[in-house]
Amino acid sequence: MTSAEAASRPVSEVLGVPPAARTVRDRSFVLLLATLTSVALIVLAVLLVDTAIDGLPQLSLSFLTSFPSAFPAKAGIESAITGTLWLMGVVTFVIVPLGVASALYLEEFADGSRWWNRIIEVNIQNLAAVPSIVYGILGLAYIVRGPLSLGRTVLAGGLTLALVVLPVVIITSREALRAVPPSIKEGALALGATRWQAIWRQILPASIPGIATGVILSISRAIGETAPLILVGAATFVAFNPTGLDSPFTALPLQIFSWISQPDDQFRLLAAAAIIVLLVLLVLLNAVAIRLRNRHQQRW
Amino acid sequence: MATDSVARDAAGPNAESVFGPARRRIGEKAIAVVLFAAAATSVVITVGIVISLAGETLTFFADKAVSVSSFMTGAQWTPLFSDPQFGIRPLVQGTLIITGIALVVAVPLGIGTAAFLSEYASPRVRSALKPTLELLAGVPTVVFGYFALTFFTPSILKGLLGMDVSVFNGLAGGIIVGVLIVPTVASVAEDAMSAVPQSLREGAYGLGASRRQVTVRVVVPAALSGITAGIVLGASRAVGETMVVLIAAGQVPTTSLDPRGPMQTMTAFIGATGKGDVPTGSTGYEAIFAVGFALFLITLILNTISIRFVRRYRQVYE
Repeated sequence: MTSAEAASRPVSEVLGVPPAARTVRDRSFVLLLATLTSVALIVLAVLLVDTAIDGLPQLSLSFLTSFPSAFPAKAGIESAITGTLWLMGVVTFVIVPLGVASALYLEEFADGSRWWNRIIEVNIQNLAAVPSIVYGILGLAYIVRGPLSLGRTVLAGGLTLALVVLPVVIITSREALRAVPPSIKEGALALGATRWQAIWRQILPASIPGIATGVILSISRAIGETAPLILVGAATFVAFNPTGLDSPFTALPLQIFSWISQPDDQFRLLAAAAIIVLLVLLVLLNAVAIRLRNRHQQRW
Repeated sequence: MATDSVARDAAGPNAESVFGPARRRIGEKAIAVVLFAAAATSVVITVGIVISLAGETLTFFADKAVSVSSFMTGAQWTPLFSDPQFGIRPLVQGTLIITGIALVVAVPLGIGTAAFLSEYASPRVRSALKPTLELLAGVPTVVFGYFALTFFTPSILKGLLGMDVSVFNGLAGGIIVGVLIVPTVASVAEDAMSAVPQSLREGAYGLGASRRQVTVRVVVPAALSGITAGIVLGASRAVGETMVVLIAAGQVPTTSLDPRGPMQTMTAFIGATGKGDVPTGSTGYEAIFAVGFALFLITLILNTISIRFVRRYRQVYE
């Protein structure tokens, strides 16, 4: 509609200004766009440099291997790191089967003209944009208390984070499945494979790199999430490592938040150091994901 | 999408009508049922969200003898005082102001970035810029909160610009949330601009238009519904953003319109109240759900609008 309008405008209106004036305006326009593009990147760069200046001097082996303490000089993030690793485990364990199965159903089995399938689709799109703190409320009401009553444990925290990123896993897995050309499946079916045999032996293996990339990116989103964990109520002063799924825990983003909230500046510097550790972990995960995507993704 | 379903239809019924029903292996049907159950879980999650929020919200209105109208319009939000007031207006107002500031930042930056990526950047520049934007989108929001509180407010707002802002202020929160949603706005808007058919651009070039004129007068108007979708989705993310505002904007519900002072958003209230061990059934606990329900409804409406707009440009061009 708008395109038709744009295309059907008179020549004079599309051109507007005489050619001589155009080059100056054209150049300043490119400059404007380049400036607008660079603002966000500059902020990112300043953020990284500022955090590095604050945090790097605090980083040491004893910081990584100490527990939180009321004294900044003794405080460390061992329990936060182990807590985050436990959460990653739970999240992975939940989202891989659930996310891939949902994606398989929607891509390979669902008849898109049925109302229930359309509801599932729209619902996933909407869930992906629900604020993470709302999942925190759900986790508090149904997982920590209420029906599941798991308490403030690793399992409760992991399940809540899994809910936050599940829509992302489903969406990226669907894209990975869709990238496998239909001819592969048709070939398998033509040779007498059942639908599930074609999926299990042809489509799924071919889409594993794409699915794995999506899963890793989702996990890296999950471990940076703070808001839901505040509500699910991981305690911030946990001076021990989690011993199991039913153990209380803290996590890196929570520890960071707790230190930022301290009025003492010394704790804020510790927060910067913990941020560096969290960012390094995220960069590692992303590097693995990008490598997977570039190395193993097949071009058809 | 269209070709997809065509292919699926072709593979499905044809194969079955030739070879008979594809139920040769025991369990084919069972597998389909299991997969359907997995996909249906997401609906169960949504239902869970709605029931848990709505249930406690109803108890909240019943228990506290708060009328819906005083909840929506009341100017005081002091649920934890001995004489509690439950007017959500300060929180809604704080949310609106911060979202407004965020959009003022994110709309020009996001659209500018999208136009640059879609219309100007060479493939090499694109392949460097896009992952960097993804990186920006991947930085945990608690990190942006730290940045807003310890660098942006003292060094930029106070130091560089000499503004008279308090330690916790809505301005820093809003601006940083704005930077945070730039990748969201930019990526949706760029998808829409890239989907504009090349023939429209070539038509304008043929009439003697410059690249700037093509961008501003052809591509942007043609991609307008997609750009709108990006902005609305960005707004929805700004409304739901918790950590930056919780850390940097302060935790004081206020009706003051001055963004240089502290203000509390709906998300920040939920975070600040849920931080401690709120007992089930207490006023604070129920207030979390009432505010959460309002938040959920606002973002649901924004997301629905955004999805509509995306569908519109997809229908036109794909």
